[in-house]
Amino acid sequence: MEFNFDLPFILGHLNYWLFVILMLTGLYIVVARGNLLKKIVGLNIFQVAVFMLYISMGKVAGGTAPILTGTAGEAYSNPLPHVLILTAIVVGIATTSLGLALIVRINETYGTIEEDEILEMDQQKGQSELDAINKAAAATDAQGAASKK
Amino acid sequence: MMALVENHAPILVILIPLLAAPLAMLFGNKGLAFLLSLAASVASFLLSVYLLLLVRDGTVLSYHIGGWAPPLGIEYRVDAANALVLLIVSALSAVVLPFARTSIATEIAEKHHTLFYACFMLCFTGLMGVTITGDAFNVFVFLEVSSLSTYVLVALGAEKDRRALSAAYDYLILGTIGATFFVIGLGLIYMATGTLNMVDLAERLSTMESNRTVRSAFAFIVIGLGLKLAIYPLHRWLPGAYTYAPSAVSAFLAATATKVAIYAVLRFMMSVFSIKFGFEQDTMTYIIFPFAIIAMFAASLIAVYQINVKRMLAYSSIAQIGYMLLGIALFSTTGLSATLVHLFNHAVTKGALFLAVGAIIFQIGSPLMANMAGMGKKMPWTSAAIVIGGLSLIGVPGTVGFVSKWVLLTAALENGLWPISLAIVLSSLIAVVYVWKFVELLYLAPIDESVAAAANAKEVSLSMLVPMWILVLVSVWFGFDAEFTVQVANQAADSLFNGGFLKDAVIVGGEGR
Repeated sequence: MEFNFDLPFILGHLNYWLFVILMLTGLYIVVARGNLLKKIVGLNIFQVAVFMLYISMGKVAGGTAPILTGTAGEAYSNPLPHVLILTAIVVGIATTSLGLALIVRINETYGTIEEDEILEMDQQKGQSELDAINKAAAATDAQGAASKK
Repeated sequence: MMALVENHAPILVILIPLLAAPLAMLFGNKGLAFLLSLAASVASFLLSVYLLLLVRDGTVLSYHIGGWAPPLGIEYRVDAANALVLLIVSALSAVVLPFARTSIATEIAEKHHTLFYACFMLCFTGLMGVTITGDAFNVFVFLEVSSLSTYVLVALGAEKDRRALSAAYDYLILGTIGATFFVIGLGLIYMATGTLNMVDLAERLSTMESNRTVRSAFAFIVIGLGLKLAIYPLHRWLPGAYTYAPSAVSAFLAATATKVAIYAVLRFMMSVFSIKFGFEQDTMTYIIFPFAIIAMFAASLIAVYQINVKRMLAYSSIAQIGYMLLGIALFSTTGLSATLVHLFNHAVTKGALFLAVGAIIFQIGSPLMANMAGMGKKMPWTSAAIVIGGLSLIGVPGTVGFVSKWVLLTAALENGLWPISLAIVLSSLIAVVYVWKFVELLYLAPIDESVAAAANAKEVSLSMLVPMWILVLVSVWFGFDAEFTVQVANQAADSLFNGGFLKDAVIVGGEGR
């Protein structure tokens, strides 16, 4: 396949460029930010990019809303992607609200919404569990050695 | 009544639990909510059995929702492959619920019990929906129904250990990224073909191998679903979610959620995208194949060093997912059949193990292995269940684990890949290490007196033992009598691999408008 990477190509695919930029921005925020709230914001931007992809793909140039008017040969936009994305928007809202609810709970129990601080606390908990086990094992060993004597 | 079942079984499987969810919440009484959920699960289970019996000879059922004929209307399409998965999911739900009724008493605040049942039913509905639907976008909707309720179920473990919250949050982020990737993939194939019905898609995509949109759609769909099913490098959410979720939830999720995602990947790879596509075969050989092998070894090795028994089982799950992916990557009917047999066998085995471990945690209140020392004498039945489950995990003859490893080995040898069969055996040996480590602790170590509850810990009540032992007995039964499972799996593999799913279907519930 051959194509020219020129201005008409770039402008002709403008909605895809915007989609890619938005998607990557969102994904970058999710990965790079440590604040749980900012991650949710990133996730939202990421999802909105997909909404844009769907909505722009259904648009027909010069098309009207898909309502039967009786005029023959009238071009109308494809309503299906728009309906699909309505579902995806609902899912997105549910995800966001659940994520926010979780953040509230995390803030209540951990006292912070910074990922690295939470991670540190979790690791400390894990380490203390391990230490307790090692201490108990050492105590049993010592006991065993003492009883052998 | 019979006519209703005959004509509408494919939709009733979904509809019954979907209605049970809000009703359970409206009743507001945890006893009623439990009975309702159990009744819904059992009804779905019976309907799944009915569907499986109808399709085990290779027929395909098609149900047109609302009477609108596909490709315009949404179609539910049942073949042997998804009937098997429906059976697994509904059976596990019906078995886990009675266990959950007892176990959540110590794990979840009482006022949240009805919500737990509602979420459980929603999760169940979602998993069944992903499995049965023949419409690509419908898969996404049900996937999110199940995922969103799963995040809630995992977070409910926060009562006991606050790490459940951060685990649920991680799962939410990664799960949503996965689902969104999946939707992008769907959007791209819709752009290329203008349809979303799976059979229609398969027909139109079959001539579009060199189309770049189709190729990138394939990549997005595989990675998106890969996040949901925890393909090896995308598994980060799984250990936390399984470890800190309430025991019954861990058992249900470990046995069903990843299995359904594997089924979805299979459906997209085998039925929707033609298996003839060169890029698809390359994906199998160069990406899924090596990662499956790495998962088998790396995850098993990590499991050996865990101090939390649920985390150990979670890592073992990642390794077992490796076996299933290996079956897919072998790219033959036998390989697929191995994957599908293992789907069933691992669901039963892991379900039993998580329930047994959950029972011990219920009694002593700690998920740490060290605190479970010597429980073999206090809880003989539960510990025996762990031993049998563990043997099945390793793949000892007489358990279902052996059957799946046997079929997988056959498939590997059929392709002339003897080093792979060696790898399968070697990685099973690592499973021996972590299973033995736990069994030794249960039976041979002295009781850990530092756990106050351990001293007077006794066998759990029948409500927990019965579900656990049903799964254990099933795993032994199908270990000896593998004919049924292998036959269904062969049929299912045939339907997936040789395009049986796309053949003319028997339409149930009327012709449509």
